[in-house]
Amino acid sequence: MLGSSSTRFGPLAVLFHWTVFLGVFALFALGLYMTELDYYHPWYNSAPAVHKAAGILLLGLVLLRGAWRLFDRPPAPLDTHSTLERWTARAVHGALYALLVLVPLSGILIATADGRPIDVFGWFDVPALVSGLPRQEDMAGELHESLSWMLVGLASLHALAALKHHIFDHDDTLRRMTLRPLRSPPPAQGDKP
Amino acid sequence: MKQRLMPLLLAASLALAAVPARAELEHYVIDTKNAHAFIQFKISHLGYSWVIGRFNTFAGGFSYDPRNPAASKVDVSIDTASIDSNHAERDKHLRSDDFLDVGKYPKASFVSTGYSEGAGGQGQLKGELTLHGVTRPVVIETRMIGHGKDPWGGYRRGFEGTTTLKLKDYGIKKDLGPASQEVELFLSIEGVRQP
Repeated sequence: MLGSSSTRFGPLAVLFHWTVFLGVFALFALGLYMTELDYYHPWYNSAPAVHKAAGILLLGLVLLRGAWRLFDRPPAPLDTHSTLERWTARAVHGALYALLVLVPLSGILIATADGRPIDVFGWFDVPALVSGLPRQEDMAGELHESLSWMLVGLASLHALAALKHHIFDHDDTLRRMTLRPLRSPPPAQGDKP
Repeated sequence: MKQRLMPLLLAASLALAAVPARAELEHYVIDTKNAHAFIQFKISHLGYSWVIGRFNTFAGGFSYDPRNPAASKVDVSIDTASIDSNHAERDKHLRSDDFLDVGKYPKASFVSTGYSEGAGGQGQLKGELTLHGVTRPVVIETRMIGHGKDPWGGYRRGFEGTTTLKLKDYGIKKDLGPASQEVELFLSIEGVRQP
């Protein structure tokens, strides 16, 4: 029920995909916003606290998604996808998964640089596992910022590619990552095309 | 012969007496190697408490003349990225272009231009402080705390000093509120005399 079929992503993969999408763009916007706040702004302390806690939860979600993917094989590429499209899609997906892990990890390295843990909404603490590297907070900060831009850039490319398939190619590339019916449903079991 | 030599000797000894400083000038290296020197700062937090921090990396020296303290000189260079307020994320912010902009201004420096010393070792050290790329004259209220042989065969001399800087004077624009316009510096400097 929750799993993917040979032609479309299952509801669980769809839920993971769009939650991670919302999380990434919300955290990116919050990250840009919070670093420009005036010292006396009411959110000066709470915005970074929310950014860190939500980032930890998003990393947890990404790891769950990765674990689920080990059991849940994604659908095969559409027959209409060219070899170039298949390979670029594969490379971009790989890079997106890597960045979805590396961006929060680099963020954790900033916040825990001097051994302080990260408080996740008062619910639990993420302890500092790596701290005290030389200028750790500065290096991790630069990494976090540049990797975040890469993630958002690649995600935008990924979205544009999906829209291209949806609008210009009229295929099911985007639709099969939603809960809506496919444009060209697969033939019923046993039928020959 | 004797009578002609006397005025010469007298003149020579007078000339020597007029410049006793030169022979007495002692040179010291600030003991950063074993960390008996500190550059601390203190700034108000909202007007309710203090944030205290320090610069961990700096180097310098001074020369001191016990008979003519006015001839003393000080020269210190500070690695601005070594700022440490006991909170990595705050230090990251302090190093950014909101404050010290250490990428652009990796060094701060102090070079003395004058020194006067009164009774009890109280003194005033004048100099040029370069911070955030801005050089301004400052006056440091000083006190010589002590000097003498150390237990390991050396000779040491130590001073403390305080001064206050306005962040805006040094082109640091980030506003931390009306109570936090100024930062107080506390310096504790021990020098090891060089042979």
